[in-house]
Order: sequence, then structure tokens, then C-alpha cells
Amino acid sequence: MILVIAEQHGGKMVRATWETVAAAQQIAAGAPIVVAVPGAGVGEAAREIAVAAVHEVVTVDHQALGSYTPDGYSAALEQAITELAPSLVLLPHTYQTRDFAPTLAARMNKPLVTDVTAFKRRDQILTFVRPMFQGKLVADVVADGPDPIATLQVGAFRADLVAKGTAPAPVRPLTVSLDETSIRERPEAPFRQARQAVDLSQAERIVAVGRGIKGQEHLPVAQNLAAALGAELAASRPICDAGWLPMERQVGSSGQTVAPKLYLALGISGAIQHLVGMKGSSTIAAINKDPDAPIFEVADYGIVGDLFEVVPALIEALKELRRT
Amino acid sequence: MTPMKIAVCIKQVPSRDWQPRLNDSRTWIREQDAAFEMNEPDAYALEEALRLKEKHGGEVVVCSAGPSRVAQVIREALARGADRAIHVESDELAAADAATVADSLAAAMKDERFDLVLTGLQSDDMGLAQTGVILAQRLDRPHATIVMEVEIGQGRVRVKRELEGGWFQWVTMPLPAVLTIQSGINQLRYATLKGIMAAKKKEIRRAPPIPTRAGTSGVRIVSLYVPEKTKKTQIIAGSTSEAAKELVRRLREEARVI
Repeated sequence: MILVIAEQHGGKMVRATWETVAAAQQIAAGAPIVVAVPGAGVGEAAREIAVAAVHEVVTVDHQALGSYTPDGYSAALEQAITELAPSLVLLPHTYQTRDFAPTLAARMNKPLVTDVTAFKRRDQILTFVRPMFQGKLVADVVADGPDPIATLQVGAFRADLVAKGTAPAPVRPLTVSLDETSIRERPEAPFRQARQAVDLSQAERIVAVGRGIKGQEHLPVAQNLAAALGAELAASRPICDAGWLPMERQVGSSGQTVAPKLYLALGISGAIQHLVGMKGSSTIAAINKDPDAPIFEVADYGIVGDLFEVVPALIEALKELRRT
Repeated sequence: MTPMKIAVCIKQVPSRDWQPRLNDSRTWIREQDAAFEMNEPDAYALEEALRLKEKHGGEVVVCSAGPSRVAQVIREALARGADRAIHVESDELAAADAATVADSLAAAMKDERFDLVLTGLQSDDMGLAQTGVILAQRLDRPHATIVMEVEIGQGRVRVKRELEGGWFQWVTMPLPAVLTIQSGINQLRYATLKGIMAAKKKEIRRAPPIPTRAGTSGVRIVSLYVPEKTKKTQIIAGSTSEAAKELVRRLREEARVI
């Protein structure tokens, strides 16, 4: 049996949960799929996911799980996994999962494979595919122990491919006992730092800069190209971390998700955290001096070269175009 | 407020401009070809520890598990201001999974009774994002991950966690605790010449790796390879000005996006 641990926020399933169900259906090969929904008052979220073609949905409902805590979630899910005894547990590789899945695996002494993008069978053995070395390499990984736990990279499986059942799957409660005084973390309400002044998700064209820009003093190079293209300026995380551009211009898993008609990446190597925020762009062009940079795996057009030479040449070519 | 005894766990990883080369069995990299550096999120964890020490007083101990080459990043951390170091030294730890590394670190650290343990949220080599959290479980400490701000209070710590899509959340937990630090939490300092000289006199305690536990549940790399391209990228060759003109032409005529 494959157990999917769902993530819901405020009673609504996150998209990555649907992706995880799709992945479970893809590899099930006849094995039943059970979805566990942890939280407080999760009946509606459970019914939402029950339209998927799965064996059953179990609610792991407890008032101590109303606000996420790693102690509460790992204790509750340990009980759920012990009772359900799945041969494989799947979770979406979200920030929340990253916070408790290693605890859960360590408590249960189970292998944990994180950030999985695909599955393979090698000699009948389930093999997990995951990026390594910032996406420069890919590894086939096997679990060195029974009943592993795997977390799936967000966006790696398609939520729209979830097979729906002819009738909703049965929903039943699974009772867990939690001692609320043993939960050591006291969370406060989530908040947004500041209202986003720049809504990159609405931009038709984006010029984005990465480490290759080398210094804040070189930003006008990219700004001039953005102006010539009528594009918004964006950046990968290290540029915003360094304070060269405000955080609101960051594209990636911790910033904005964008899908413009044109995404022009300058000196961005293409770490997965960046790619998840922009790979839905209609056309991607990349300029990078490293021909093996992962950004070229998602780009439609690429120029291998020094951005400080290529960008002025692009601006010149655009000017020429306007003249004709 | 009482002084803080802070541990920072750092990993040595291939440098950013390293071109991947595989070993003969294609299960790990050819280490002899690689240049190494401090894992970037760990460098931010170190910086945060140094700032907390400057504010509250105390001691910063850098801990690393890996082969002898790891001494390079330990020295660098000492040069930046860490007071002393613990090196769990073993060649097997170079490509070990997170549970193995966390077990080794926990064994070497447990008698030190640290008030706070900091490490980066993940490593730039394997990218498992597990070591800090498993370490917390092994040391029986509460933890928080992807931390962007740290406030020390009386017997407790309040941290700002990064959530997805620009959201954040404050979480408070009792000390001692383990935190995994996100890149960009602070501005990094670099070692001064004085710091580099002082580092030579600082203590590095060597700790033995612990034998692999019976019935351990780890993960194993069976094959490592260069990713297949999912998209056919048209690489535009030629001189800079030719390539630039050609890209503009294709963006206009083929892709119709300008």
C-alpha cells in the first residue's frame, strides 16, 4: 500500500498534494493508495481529495494539529504510519514537509529520499531519481531499508493527470493521541513581509539576473536590456540576498512564480529553486558562460558567452531592429 | 543574559564553478578533480552564530564530518571567528547520507551540551535537506528550518521561518534547540589576515566516526549521471554580435515575443 500524506492550508489542499497523488497512481501498479490528511477540522479537505481514484482517505484530525508544528505532525503521523503500515510513503517536498519529514523518518528508522523527480524500476527494485550538485548531476537512489519515505519535488509530477474515481473514495477518521504539552514549538500566525509592489506574475517579458552579474554596479547592464525589451527586471535569490535588488523582484520557490511570454536569464545557472519559479514561461532564452549550466536544460534559446559582451550586442541589435 | 555555547555544523562541498566529473563506478564524483569550498547556507549559519556570540557572549564551535580535506573549511571558519572545532574524520563520510552524518555529528557533540546548534538548510552537493533536522531528533532538541531571523530570549529562542511564496512565520521554542539557516539571513564577513593567523592556534578536536548502526536505514546512490535535456535548446553560435542579432531575429520571427 502507498500512503500519500496530504498538505492542506486552511482546509484547502495545496496543489503539490494533487501532484503527489498523481505520482502514487503512476507507480501503484495495482497497489492500493491511501491518502492521510493531517490537521484540525480537515473533513472538507478530505472530501476534496476523495474525488481522486484512491482506495480511501483517512483524516488525522486533532486540535493540536490546527497550527503546524514539527513535534505535533511527526508524533501524529508516526502513529498513522504505524497503524496503516504502508510499503511506501509519499509527500510533496514543500517547506512544511522539509520541516518534519526527516524527524518522522528518524523516529521510525525509515529511509528518507528527498526531492524526487521520477521513479524507475531497476531489477524490480524501486529506484528514485533526484537532482544532486545543484542540478548539475542526477542520481538514481535506492533505499537501504524497508518501507521508505520519499518527498516529491514540487512541479515534477502533473496535478492535472490525477485519475478521478467513478465515486468518491470513502473517508474515515484515524484516531491519534497527542499530548499537547509535549509540543515544544509555539507558532505564530503566518504573515506576508510587505505588500508586493511589483507583480512579476503579470509581466509579459522579464529580464532576470543571477550571480553572473557579479556586482550591484553592473545592474544597469541588465536594466538597459530590460528597458530596450519593455521588460520587468527580476533576479535569482543570491542577488536579492546580497541586497542588490529588493526581495520583491525575486523569482523562485521562495519568491514569485512567473510565466511571461519571454524570460531572458542573464548569468543564472538555474538551480532548481529558481527553475520552479519560471519554467512555465512560454519562451526562455539564457545567456551564460557555462555551457553545462542547468538553465540550458529549460531554455529554448541559448548563447554561451560573457553577458557583459552579449547584452550590449543584444541592445544594439534591438536598436537596429527598431530602425528598420 | 547568560553566555551562549553555540555549535555550527558546516559541510565542505565542490565549488560553484566546478565542472562535474564522475568516478569510475559512476556512483560519486571524481574527488581529485574537484575544488572545494564551504557550503553556502552553512556559511550563513556560521555568520549568524558569530553575530549571536557578539551580542550575547559565549563560544562558537564549528563541527564538520568528512575526510581530511574538510580541514580547509574548518580553518576558514576559525579564521572568520569561530573559537574551536570538532572534526569527525572519515573518508566514508564524503558521500554519506544525512542520517549517517547526523549520527556522527550527534555522537561527537552530545557531551558538549550546546545551547544552540545552527547549520545550513541544505548542502549544495547532495541537497538532501535532512541533516540538521535529524541531528535535532538525535540530540532530542526542538528545531526549526529555513530560518531568516533569530531572537534569543531567556531560556528560549524565537525565529522567523520562511514559508513559500513570500510568507513568513515566527515560532518560539525552548533552548537548547537546533536551527537550519536560510541563505541571505545576514551579510557574510570574510576572514581578516589577523583572523587567519589566530586560527592557526585554535583547537581542532578530532572525533572518531561511529560505526554504522545495525539495521540502519539509509539511502544509497546506485548511479550518477549528467541530466538529459528535456527541451531542445537552440544554442546560437557565432561572434557575439552575430549571435545577438540571430537571437533577436528568432525571438521576433520564431517565438514572436518581441
